[in-house]
Amino acid sequence: MIPQSFQYEAPATLAKALSLLQQYGDAKILSGGHSLIPMLKLRLATPEHIIDISGIKGLSYIKEQGGYLKIGALTKESDLEESRTIRTRYPILMDAAKMIADPSVRNLATIGGNLAHGDAANDHPAVMLALRAEIIATGPNGKRNIPVDEFFLGFFTTALQPDEILTEIHIPVKKAKTGGAYLKLERKVGDYATAGVAVQLTKDDQGHIAQIGIGLTNVSAAPMRASNAEAVLKGKSPTDELIAKAALAAARECDPNADLRGTVEYKRAMVKTLTERAVRLALKRAK
Amino acid sequence: MFCNTSKEISGLGHGMKRKEDARFLQGKGNYIDDIKLPGMLYMDIVRSPYAYAKIVNIDASKALAIPGVLAVITGRDLEKYKLHWMPTLMSDTQMVLPTDTVMYYAQEVCVVIATERYIAADGVAAVEVEYEPMKAVVDPFKALEKSAPVLRPDKGKTDNHIWHWEAGDRAATDKAFEKADVVVKEQMYIPRIHVASIETCGCVADFQPVGGQLTLYMTTQAPHAIRTVLALVAGHVGLSEERIRVISPDIGGGFGGKVPVYPGYVCAVAASVLIGKPVKWIEDRMENLQADSFARDYHITCELAATKEGRIQALRFKTIADHGYADAQAAPSKFPAGLFSICTGSYDFNTAFTEMDAVYTNKAPGGVAYRCSFRVTEAVHAIERMVDRLALEVGKDPAKLRMENFIKKDQFPYKSALGWEYDSGDYHTALKKAMDTIGYNKLRKEQAEKRKRGELMGIGISSFTEIVGAGPSRQFDILGIKMFDSAEIRVHPTGKAIARFGTKSQGQGHETTYAQIIAQELGIPAAHIEVEEGDTDTAPYGLGTYASRSTPVGGAAAAMAARKLRDKARKIAAYLLEVSEEDLEWEPGKFFVKGAPEKAKTIQEIVFAAYTNHPPGMEAGFEATHYYDPPNLTFPFGSYICVVDIDKETGEIKIRRFVAIDDCGNIINPMIVQGQVHGGLTQGLAPAMYEEFIYDDDGNLLNGSFMDYLVPTAVESPHWETGHTITPSPHHPIGAKGVGESPTVGAPPAIANAIVDALSHLGVTHMDIPITPQKVWKVLKEKGVVKAV
Repeated sequence: MIPQSFQYEAPATLAKALSLLQQYGDAKILSGGHSLIPMLKLRLATPEHIIDISGIKGLSYIKEQGGYLKIGALTKESDLEESRTIRTRYPILMDAAKMIADPSVRNLATIGGNLAHGDAANDHPAVMLALRAEIIATGPNGKRNIPVDEFFLGFFTTALQPDEILTEIHIPVKKAKTGGAYLKLERKVGDYATAGVAVQLTKDDQGHIAQIGIGLTNVSAAPMRASNAEAVLKGKSPTDELIAKAALAAARECDPNADLRGTVEYKRAMVKTLTERAVRLALKRAK
Repeated sequence: MFCNTSKEISGLGHGMKRKEDARFLQGKGNYIDDIKLPGMLYMDIVRSPYAYAKIVNIDASKALAIPGVLAVITGRDLEKYKLHWMPTLMSDTQMVLPTDTVMYYAQEVCVVIATERYIAADGVAAVEVEYEPMKAVVDPFKALEKSAPVLRPDKGKTDNHIWHWEAGDRAATDKAFEKADVVVKEQMYIPRIHVASIETCGCVADFQPVGGQLTLYMTTQAPHAIRTVLALVAGHVGLSEERIRVISPDIGGGFGGKVPVYPGYVCAVAASVLIGKPVKWIEDRMENLQADSFARDYHITCELAATKEGRIQALRFKTIADHGYADAQAAPSKFPAGLFSICTGSYDFNTAFTEMDAVYTNKAPGGVAYRCSFRVTEAVHAIERMVDRLALEVGKDPAKLRMENFIKKDQFPYKSALGWEYDSGDYHTALKKAMDTIGYNKLRKEQAEKRKRGELMGIGISSFTEIVGAGPSRQFDILGIKMFDSAEIRVHPTGKAIARFGTKSQGQGHETTYAQIIAQELGIPAAHIEVEEGDTDTAPYGLGTYASRSTPVGGAAAAMAARKLRDKARKIAAYLLEVSEEDLEWEPGKFFVKGAPEKAKTIQEIVFAAYTNHPPGMEAGFEATHYYDPPNLTFPFGSYICVVDIDKETGEIKIRRFVAIDDCGNIINPMIVQGQVHGGLTQGLAPAMYEEFIYDDDGNLLNGSFMDYLVPTAVESPHWETGHTITPSPHHPIGAKGVGESPTVGAPPAIANAIVDALSHLGVTHMDIPITPQKVWKVLKEKGVVKAV
């Protein structure tokens, strides 16, 4: 439980961090450390260089601006929990932040790290899929916006280039008649999800579901969107029957592995139950 | 509650704040890892990635090339000093380090000694071990098959059977079963779990090459026993008992896991002896979980025979006990199955038979008494589950069935079918109080209504009887040393005292409760009594703290030593007051002349006189020692009731209420008792719903870290509602019984019974613990309540 030796850098600016990243080529970025440090201690990750970006100023904020909710990559989970904007306008993010690990982890762990790690077991990826967010990456040539659907490429793999740092998240600003929810089944507090379902939807004036995003946690190799489930509900009036049909579609399109958290059968059943419940809760909140 | 002293004295019954907490709460505890000695080296351990493999070669050259790595010690190195094997407490042997074969996942393979902790870890990563894996024996039932590889040919074994143990009358029991109206039977597994104390194990071994003295700072619940064991097993390399000093500093939880001697301790001692410098070894969390002694791991076939009205006639239990590759249990020598024969529980019947076969497998050795007086948890789980099973079979409310079968108050002392003499009890009152507290009848009505609506709600009872305080010397010893315990009280001239004990607190609050016992007996305020344990150079000999024995044995020794001093105080008081001893009366804190209470001497005045004006012919000073050999064990009991609601779509179980009524006899400190009960209940919740070691077919432990070994937290714990009844022990000097383990023992069957009760109308009769949401969901799917996608 003691990492291999590594060289540690703690640049004060983003520019310095980016230049170090280019210089070393194989460096790992450390922000809150709650994904990376366990891997280091188990010697599953053995980088030669670690660039600690947690001291860089100006990367921690939550603000609504220009049609987006903008969240700085170094924003801690506890900052999300305590934000009035998040609490009153983005309950899906509040749900997720409260369910991530435990308070001592949330006081250090960052939303950027949670996404950049590319782990389908993390909670924010499904939430960002539901919210149809954009991930902002900064590299030597400046910023680029990556739609979340193009961000998660595979098992622990993201669209971030080796010389890029995830710096910001853009979420479409909350519209009228919009509600969201994130439900997670876990074996005990602090656990990764047995299954998690994120739903964000907007109703039109007729009460039809005009827009819907459904993201799933820890039931696939990479974070996944439940497209078939979304298709069942999009443009429709959400009857019990349709919600059940959508939930079934989500349960069928996910691809969980059997592990200590449950069998494939159990996990699919949980995706179904959680999808039904999350859609209902999102509809309730969209009033 | 018995309480006849002033708050200033704070004898029995006062909820005084714990004297030890000031240092713990301010971060000033002194734990093993706080000990730093000049020139100290660090040890880290290379562990096996296989459950069963031949060691082909150990190449330490790359490790030894790392600057700061001083030595790599293998089993072959220890073999030169005949230190590569060590005895267990149960007359078995286990490896310190292997010479040829590794027998379980995460077994110690060799150790690296370095100048820094981090360098030692780099050394471990650099040691190259070549293994030849073999097919591991994982399932204890398959281990007994003829085709299974024999794991311990070194013990002269031709199969994997370790021992057979039985108690009771087999023939009479079989006959009772043949004649019975009703027989109920279940196959139960009490899973392999781990104590998972907050502090892992570790030591600092400090050998002085010039004088040959060894000081061993060690996380041990039994420092004196450890010193004797060291002298016995390492006498041949020059360690002699008078030159060994074992110091057990503050301990962050023991729960039985810090009774055994682990290979790491021996390696650190060997390294210090070989190198002549202090060596520190501190386990990390994964090592602690994966390699240190497990608890439980019993497969029990349980049967009860009864009349059609549900009156229990006989009990028949047959157990397969998986001990891993060595029987490294921590139990009294004559009790290979611990005190499992308490399995007839709180019930009055004459006929019982229980037998057990212990088996070797390729798993970590052990069988510690995890917050349990030697296999009592397993026994209580089996009988309390079976009583519910019987109630279901005969269609009777489980509370009513218990009431009809309980041993009655006037039957005590009660001789149980398997030979124990229960000292005292009042089971009906405890259950009635629990039922009244929780509103039992109302809950049953609610359950019936919920069932009609398809909702799942269950109520579970556990009315357990514990057996603690090992133990009487005619039966109880460890490696031949009788299981007495000791107290030494030294009162200073100003009336303040230090008391030393052979036990060792790991969080129980001895510094407070022992002081209160002495305060009760001598009238010296508890605040003026320092309690010290854990240093073999200063404390009187004792066998340590486990199996709820501190209050029944150590606490009794304190009371008896204090009474010796009170007798002396009477003599001094008579001398000072110029009256005869018979003319004096005692009230806590002073002797006074009968009929003339103004003529009195306080204990402080008397003690001062013992040093300044002692009677002619009397020894000066005010000190006493007592070695207490208990006449019997004590039998704490209680009734717990648990209410659960189940989410049938996810299988999640919510404990809505949990009422625990405990009877531990006279209470020393009600606040500490409540704390003990809260902690114990949470450690009972753990195996009931969360904890279990899971091995794959190759013997790999799949959940050897806190990511997957699920220790419940405050979030998972329900609101515990506690209460008590008081039935003093008739033979204990202060009528106390011990309480630390009752809740750990009593809680799991209450929870399991509640969950099974919630599902019983679907035809469910038993579920093995831990009962998890996925297990519940699977049952609901099988019963057609929910459907798979």
